[in-house]
Amino acid sequence: MSEILTLLDDPAADQERLALAGTLGVAVGVRVVGGAELIARPGTVARALAHLVADRPVAAVILPAGLFGAEVGSLLALVLGSAVITDVIAIGRDLTATKAIMAGTARSRARVSASPAIFTVQAGIDVAPSGAPAEVVEIAPDSAEISEARVEVKGVAERTALGNRPDLLSANIIVSAGRGAGPDLSAIEELADALGAAVGGSRAAVDAGWVDPSLQVGQTGKTVSPKLYVAAGISGAIQHQAGMRGSALIVAVNEDPDAPIFEVADLGIVGDLAEVLPAAAAAVRGL
Amino acid sequence: MKIIVLVKYVPDIEAGYRFNSARRLDRTGEGLLNQLDEYPLEEARRLALELGAEVVALTMGPDEAEEAARRALQMGADRAVHVLDDALEGSDAVATSLVLAAAIGALGGADLILCGAGSADSTTSLIPVQLAARLQIPALTGAASLTVSNQVATIRRDQDTRSLELTAPLPALVSVTDKANEPAYPSAKAVMLARKKPVAVLDLEELEVDPAAVGPGAAKVTVMEIEPVPPRAGGQVLEADSDDVVAAFVSLLQANALI
Ligand SMILES: Cc1cc2nc3c(=O)[nH]c(=O)nc-3n(C[C@H](O)[C@H](O)[C@H](O)COP(=O)(O)OP(=O)(O)OC[C@H]3O[C@@H](n4cnc5c(N)ncnc54)[C@H](O)[C@@H]3O)c2cc1C
Ligand SMILES: Cc1cc2nc3c(=O)[nH]c(=O)nc-3n(C[C@H](O)[C@H](O)[C@H](O)COP(=O)(O)OP(=O)(O)OC[C@H]3O[C@@H](n4cnc5c(N)ncnc54)[C@H](O)[C@@H]3O)c2cc1C
Repeated sequence: MSEILTLLDDPAADQERLALAGTLGVAVGVRVVGGAELIARPGTVARALAHLVADRPVAAVILPAGLFGAEVGSLLALVLGSAVITDVIAIGRDLTATKAIMAGTARSRARVSASPAIFTVQAGIDVAPSGAPAEVVEIAPDSAEISEARVEVKGVAERTALGNRPDLLSANIIVSAGRGAGPDLSAIEELADALGAAVGGSRAAVDAGWVDPSLQVGQTGKTVSPKLYVAAGISGAIQHQAGMRGSALIVAVNEDPDAPIFEVADLGIVGDLAEVLPAAAAAVRGL
Repeated sequence: MKIIVLVKYVPDIEAGYRFNSARRLDRTGEGLLNQLDEYPLEEARRLALELGAEVVALTMGPDEAEEAARRALQMGADRAVHVLDDALEGSDAVATSLVLAAAIGALGGADLILCGAGSADSTTSLIPVQLAARLQIPALTGAASLTVSNQVATIRRDQDTRSLELTAPLPALVSVTDKANEPAYPSAKAVMLARKKPVAVLDLEELEVDPAAVGPGAAKVTVMEIEPVPPRAGGQVLEADSDDVVAAFVSLLQANALI
C-alpha cells in the first residue's frame, strides 16, 4: 500500500495529520533534525524529502500549513515536477483536497495531477484519532543548498504568548480583542478566565501591541474554528472574517450597531464591552 | 542599487468575483493591486530614499493588471514591467515563478527582489521561495522588519514562540509582511507624476519562455469544484442595557454545552 509522508512539527497537530494520513494510506512520520536555522532551509528539507520519495512508494506528502510548510511544499513541487495545494482542511480517499478560498467566502475541491501529491494541512481539522502508532523516519539535512546556506540566524528571542491559556488552534472557546478592547485588556482576560478560553486579537489589537502576533486571527494571522468565538471591539473587516467565519458559534460585542461583525454573529450585543464582558464573566462564574 | 518589487493584480473580493466554466478565476472583473504588495512597495520606497535605488515594479497578469502596475508607480516605483500573454491564463505557481524569473532575468536581475507575503485571492505563499530557487539567490521570507546595509539584508521573522533575526548578502529576495510598515497613501502629486512613468509590456516570446510550460495545460492542480460558502445568517442582536443580554449569553453557552 502507498505511503503518505507526514512532516512532523507540533505534537498536537502532528497527531491529527498522521490520523488523516492513515485514512489515505500508510502514515509515515518524518522528523527533521536541526536547529533554528532550519526555518531558512526549506529547500534543503525539500531535497531530503525528495530522497525519501525516490526510495519509497509515496502517494502523497502532507506538510503543516503555514509559511514554512508552504515553502517546503513549494520547493518539493519544483524538484519533483509536482504541485502543492495549500491550507487544506480535508482530503478524500481519492486525494481530492478541500480548502477555503477567496477570504473564506468559497471552497474548492482540487487534486494534484502528478505523483506524489503535496498538501499543506491546517491544524484543527476534523479527523477521528487513530490508535495506530506510525513509523517515524528521521532526516538530518547536513549540507544546506548553496543559496540557502547564505542565510544566517543572527539572533533568537523567545516570546511566551500563551501563559496558561489554551492554544488558539485547539481551543473550544476564543475571546478575541479588537481596537475597541484596549489598551487595558482586563475585561477580555476576565471573560477568557471564566470560560477557560484562549485569547486572540484583530490585526489592530496586534499592531497596537496589546496582543502577541502569534494570536492574530485573520488573513495574515491564524484561521480558527472554535466552538465559540467571542469578538469584542472588533468591527468585522473581511480580512478578519477570513480567519474566524468557520467558527461554530460567533458572539459579537460592539457599541456600533452597524458594525459588519453583527452580520455573521449568532448573538450580537450592542454596547460597551467594558461593561458587558465582566457581567457575562460574573454570570458564568456564578453557575 | 536596483530593487524589483513583485506586484499582483487580484480581484476585489468585496466587490464580488466570478469563476469561469473551467473553474478558473475570472481575472478581468473588478480588481486592484494585491494589498499585501503595498508593504514591499513601501519598503522599496523607503530604501530608495535611504540608499538611493531604482525601483522597478513587475507584474504578470491580464490587461487589467496594468492597474496594479500603475498603482505601484503611484506608490513610488520608477517604472513598471507588465508580462502579458494570453497563454498565461490558468498558470499554476510553478509556471508563474518560471515566468517571473525569466522577466527578472530580462531586466538584468536586481540587488534586492521584494515580494508580498501572499496574494488576496489564493494566499499560497508559494511564489517567493520558488523564485529565489530559480534565481539561485537566498530568500528571507516573512519579514516583519527589513534593513539593508553594507550589502547585507536583515529581517525579523516572527514565529509562534520566538522571533528570529535572519541575514543574507545581496542579491537576495525578501518577502515582506503587513507587520513591516504602514503604506503611505499616495499624494495627489505622486499620482500625477505616476502618469508619466513608463509601463513596458513583455510577452512570452520576448522572455523566451515556451508557452507549453505555462497555462492550464502545464498546471498540475486540477480544480474540480468551487462552491460558495453560504453567508452566515446573522442571529439575534440585543442592546446591552436590556437585562436579557447576560441571560442570552449564558443560555447560548448552556444550549451548546460550552460550560
Ligand atoms: C492585506 C491586509 C491583511 C489584513 N489581515 C488582517 C488579519 O489577519 N486580521 C485582522 O483582524 N485584520 C486584518 N487586516 C486589517 C483589517 O482590514 C481591519 O483593519 C482590522 O481587522 C480592524 O481591527 P478591529 O476590528 O479591531 O478595529 P476597528 O475596525 O477599528 O474596529 C474597532 C471596533 O470596536 C468598536 N468599539 C470601540 N470601543 C468599543 C467599546 N468600548 N465597546 C464595544 N465596542 C467598541 C468600534 O465600534 C469598532 O467597530 C488586514 C488588512 C489588510 C489590508
Ligand atoms: C482560489 C485560488 C486558489 C489557488 N490555490 C492554489 C494552490 O493551492 N496551489 C497552487 O499551486 N496554485 C494555486 N492557485 C493558483 C495561484 O494563484 C497561482 O499559481 C499564482 O500564480 C501564484 O500563487 P499566489 O498568487 O498564491 O502567490 P503567492 O505566493 O501567495 O504570492 C506571493 C507574492 O508573490 C508575488 N506574485 C505572485 N503572483 C504574482 C504575479 N502574477 N505577478 C507578480 N507578482 C506575483 C507577489 O509579490 C505576491 O505577494 C490558486 C488560485 C486561486 C484563484
